[in-house]
Amino acid sequence: MSEVIVVTSGKGGVGKTTTSANVGTGLAAMGKKVILIDTDIGLRNLDVVMGLENRIVYNLVDVVEGNCRIKQAIIRDKRYPTLFLLPSAQTRDKSAVNPTQMVRMVSHLKDQFDYIILDCPAGIEQGFQNAIAGADRALVITTPEVSAIRDADRIIGLLEANEIHKIDLIINRIRYDMIKRGDMMSSEDVVEILSLPLLGMVPDDENVVIATNQGEPLVGSNTLAGKAYQNICYRILGREVPFLDLEKGVSFWARVSGIFHKG
Amino acid sequence: MFKNILKRKSSREIAKDRLKILLISDRVNCSPEMMEMIKNDIAQVISKYMKIDTKSMEIQITKTGNKGRGHKNPTLYANIPILDLKND
Repeated sequence: MSEVIVVTSGKGGVGKTTTSANVGTGLAAMGKKVILIDTDIGLRNLDVVMGLENRIVYNLVDVVEGNCRIKQAIIRDKRYPTLFLLPSAQTRDKSAVNPTQMVRMVSHLKDQFDYIILDCPAGIEQGFQNAIAGADRALVITTPEVSAIRDADRIIGLLEANEIHKIDLIINRIRYDMIKRGDMMSSEDVVEILSLPLLGMVPDDENVVIATNQGEPLVGSNTLAGKAYQNICYRILGREVPFLDLEKGVSFWARVSGIFHKG
Repeated sequence: MFKNILKRKSSREIAKDRLKILLISDRVNCSPEMMEMIKNDIAQVISKYMKIDTKSMEIQITKTGNKGRGHKNPTLYANIPILDLKND
């Protein structure tokens, strides 16, 4: 049984592409056959985050327009034998593809993959409509900030209006030191506001930037974010995994200053 | 005075409170201006029959129950302090 997952957020820059790359890589490392599809036409980025930018020959728009067979456009990740990427087009715009074409393409891929992960562009316009058209479930990414949460709420409403009811929340860039001194909403606060099941909490970890610099997803590595993404993958597979103790990641000095701030 | 209250609150609480109010109006597609208009209209109608404290009355749209999304049933909640039941 294959599952089509759309990774979306509304607001830009909250970590959709990073999450797509790490969840896709993590699931593949667990032996699942995964294809990542970048649906951000005109602003493709999943290829660079994955470190596969030099291997693109054809793209999503070429497939939809019939310039190539779908197999020619799909890139196999050499690091993981069951991980594949369908890159987006860089020189076109969102109107190059419509939701009907997306549904047709995704359903064609369904019998070949366990997981189809769609990296959604920011916004609620056609790019978003394209990305969610063929999805069975959604991962909504947000950060503990007012603007990101507001946009996430809007996106959740739109997903429900489009009959996608399996929606899970991932809270990204959590800073435990800030939560502790009362300057950041906790994951409990965000869950209370958005009333969605929580699938994962990812700490604000500089290793994410380093991994992106290198084009190497950090899921499964011995970093806080790497472990958080790994746990998200387990939960997608239906395993119950306890949430990470993010306090462990806070340095001694941050904790000491936290105590002083409290007093 | 209002500033003092804000000062005592952590920025986390401020964010949470702002979001809650913001999302209520976002979800029902009802702007704060429209809420103000509804409030004034209600005040006008009630004032025909009794004396009310229009300054401290408040209205808001809340979700009833806590069944999560999809089951929400928004309710208009009005808190109108009555100054005098007879309005002569």
